[in-house]
Amino acid sequence: MLQTISILVENKPGALLRVTGVLSARGYNIESLTVAKTLDPQLSRMTIVVDVEDRIRTQVIKQINKLINVLQATDMTEIPSVIRELVLVRVRCGQEARTAVLKEAEIFHSRVVDSSTDGFAIEATGDPEKLDEFIEVMRTYGEIDVARSGAIAMSLETKKLRLQPPVAAPVAVQAT
Amino acid sequence: MQTETGKLMNGAEILLECMAREGVDVFFGYPGGVTLPFYDALYDSHIKHILVRHEENAAFAAGGYARATGKTGVCCATSGPGATNLVTGLVDAMMDSIPVVAITGQVHSKLIGSDAFQEADTFGITRPATKHNFMVKTLAELPQILHEAFYIASSGRPGPVLVDIPKDVFQARGHYVPVGAIHLPGYKVFTEGHAGQIKRAAELIREAERPLVYAGGGIVAAGASAELRELVDLANLPAVTTLMALGALPASHPNYISMPGMHGSYAANMALTECDLLIALGTRFDDRVTGHLPSFARHARVIHVDIDPAEVGKNRTPDIPIVGDVKRVLQKMVKALHETEAELGKTKNGPARQAWLQKINDWKTEFPYDRSRAEGEIKPQHLMDEIDRLSGGQAIVTADVGQHQMWAAQLIRFNEPRLWVNSGGLGAMGFGLPSAIGAQMARPDKLVFSISGDGGFQMSLPELSTIASNQLPIKIIVMNNGVLGMVRQWQTLFYNNRLSSIQLDCFPDAEKLAAAYGFKGRTIDKPWQLAEALEEAVREPGPYLLNVKVTPDENVYPMVPAGGAINEMVMGPAKPVEAGA
Repeated sequence: MLQTISILVENKPGALLRVTGVLSARGYNIESLTVAKTLDPQLSRMTIVVDVEDRIRTQVIKQINKLINVLQATDMTEIPSVIRELVLVRVRCGQEARTAVLKEAEIFHSRVVDSSTDGFAIEATGDPEKLDEFIEVMRTYGEIDVARSGAIAMSLETKKLRLQPPVAAPVAVQAT
Repeated sequence: MQTETGKLMNGAEILLECMAREGVDVFFGYPGGVTLPFYDALYDSHIKHILVRHEENAAFAAGGYARATGKTGVCCATSGPGATNLVTGLVDAMMDSIPVVAITGQVHSKLIGSDAFQEADTFGITRPATKHNFMVKTLAELPQILHEAFYIASSGRPGPVLVDIPKDVFQARGHYVPVGAIHLPGYKVFTEGHAGQIKRAAELIREAERPLVYAGGGIVAAGASAELRELVDLANLPAVTTLMALGALPASHPNYISMPGMHGSYAANMALTECDLLIALGTRFDDRVTGHLPSFARHARVIHVDIDPAEVGKNRTPDIPIVGDVKRVLQKMVKALHETEAELGKTKNGPARQAWLQKINDWKTEFPYDRSRAEGEIKPQHLMDEIDRLSGGQAIVTADVGQHQMWAAQLIRFNEPRLWVNSGGLGAMGFGLPSAIGAQMARPDKLVFSISGDGGFQMSLPELSTIASNQLPIKIIVMNNGVLGMVRQWQTLFYNNRLSSIQLDCFPDAEKLAAAYGFKGRTIDKPWQLAEALEEAVREPGPYLLNVKVTPDENVYPMVPAGGAINEMVMGPAKPVEAGA
């Protein structure tokens, strides 16, 4: 079963590799990954969708949490959360199908972002399964190109963020 | 508060200033092109540098230093090949949770990514080989990063940290700005342990009929030997210590059983199999200890104390998980035991507990380790037995990897922690000799035996030069059976005795080899020479190389075949019918 992991990570070089390294070292393939700054520009929010065997899911989360640059890693699959994705679809269709395409776009609450004689570019958001359906539907009208953002997730419960307080650095030259 | 102090310095000098503040008195390394500015600054420093003969051995020596003292070991290498050569030593420190800081030079910032001479992506290569790593980009961030590196290496679950420093950062000039605080908001160190869980653990200990302490390297890392002993004495608990924890409880302690696992003692493995309460302290249920996991301690409830939350429940789901520093947790557990006993009286199951201790003692008496000797040849067990006699539980013994390591772990007794130095998790051959250099530098007062097989010894041969050059009085013992013994043992037992690529012929003449480096050496192959030759080695004020030719086809027993349950031990060689097939 696909697992969605949300990670609050320090915005530092190599941080992304450290996180994905926990997965790749165990031979897991990442389905999607998004990362962007948070309100605090020193932190990024990462959302990873990955198919990890049940028996080591907790272990993977613990290993990600252990990374020095990671402030918090949460398994969103287990808790109330909203998961959303954005897709851009360019559909090439003939004049006769234009009305139908627009109707479908409306049903999916999607938005036309470009229109030309060739067809449309449409943007849709929703949960990833919904977008799968949207893409399937659009495909029936002609040749399509698709770009997906990968899922982003937000927890609907507040989880206390436990941060390590600062410690004193060594101050004096020690006698040797 | 953050004021500039002292004179204008370059990055290399600032690095040395940081190292001095961290209490570094000696480190191990090998210079090269991009670390030239650093070695130039070192010329004026009071910090001692040991020039090893291969960078891998700098990392092993730093590990040996750290293992023998608990202080952070430091190693240094240049960019490219210097850095890549460190990697095995870093992974070794990672696997055994040893505090090591590695400093590597990197090519000039402007050249990074251009395939410059001696350039390698050290930051990328060592990411999975370290607890954490850094690339320094500016001189301003150097002190902060250095202190963070030492803090990360030595705190929580210790481990190796690498700091990659471009040549221009070494050369840049500035003032040393003291670092006020280390702030790593994402670095979670759990120390205290859950009070309620500790209380429940104390209750379980009181109620158990067949309790057993299973102590690991975490006891050594936490400096919790005294606390472990207090627990064992207070509740009269029998205890096994893993390969990483030999000496954590004195081998002379009456409740001490031995090492468990693949080549552990019969009594240790049976105690694990039959206990009803397993008190796992700073240990990670490694496959070499547990064997077939579902059969491991299958009647036991498990208390698992570890500082690393990822270890708790990784291989065995505990009944009482306690995440914390095992030293603190043991202090609290002892207190809780006192309180529980004051409330409810001593253990509920006096007679059952006595019978359990008796049973363990019977196993110990009935199936001790094989210390047998032979008439015409030196058995490996005989060698370890004699080293044990000379050590008296007090010497530092570093081991390489293989059969000799297992025999040494079985037969040489340690009455203190940090005397036994070996590459437990990674099992890196070539570790024994360089780690002895680190251990002897750290503990000049101690008698240090470096025991290797003839395979591992030849992997670290160049370090004879380092030993000679620094006149380190290491007693280098080669247990020479002419083969890669552990590989041979597996080929014999599990590959129909098809002996493939294990013969190590053309071993050099030890006397001449040692003489070539300017110290004494000798080869012996008769049992009556052994005690006297070892005594001569120990008497010698400088280094000594003793090549001991042992029975070539001896195997280590007991042995739990890989993946088997640990109570299903092979206790000795197969009957003559099967042997030699």
